[in-house]
Amino acid sequence: MCDGSNPKPIMIDKFFLYCTVVLTVIIFIPLYRVVKGPTIFDRMLGAGAIGTKTMVLILATGFVFNRFDMFVDITLAYAVLNFIGTIAISKFLGTEKGNG
Amino acid sequence: MIGNVLGMMAILGGAFFLLVGSVGLVRLPDFYSRNHATGKSDTLGIMLVIFGMILIEGVTLNSAKLFFVLVFVFLTNPTGTHALANAALRGGLKPWFRKNVRKAE
Repeated sequence: MCDGSNPKPIMIDKFFLYCTVVLTVIIFIPLYRVVKGPTIFDRMLGAGAIGTKTMVLILATGFVFNRFDMFVDITLAYAVLNFIGTIAISKFLGTEKGNG
Repeated sequence: MIGNVLGMMAILGGAFFLLVGSVGLVRLPDFYSRNHATGKSDTLGIMLVIFGMILIEGVTLNSAKLFFVLVFVFLTNPTGTHALANAALRGGLKPWFRKNVRKAE
């Protein structure tokens, strides 16, 4: 315990361990759209979906490792980076004709 | 204890909505409908998961940070998908209609 918070029951740890496994399986599904997408917008959409699901995976990993105060900061930075990346790519793609 | 059980139920519901968003991203027919799937289902799923984590964590500094993450996701995830759909529409990507399928047959 790094910040002196009360220890969680063992059931919560097991639950978040299984949550990380299920979320890893869910993250692999949009990878099909990233690899096979017909247009570049489909690939960008799949990459954004993977990024938003990875935020939840990082939070659950923080519960598993019992260092939640560190991982929630990483999640905030990751959310900002994901949003800025999507906005920048869509501004870049919207100025050109014929990407569809 | 009751907060833990409610939080686990919220996290399971959020994982279900994340799964629905992923399946919709693979199975729907064109870019705009896939955008709809990942823009709504993923936002609801992530908000449910973070709300469940707030219920499990209790009233601490970490749950305040989690609340900021929730508000940020609620504001930015639909904004990102809207910007991507706007770029696709300006780039000349045609939406999918049923009559296009009938013409191709």
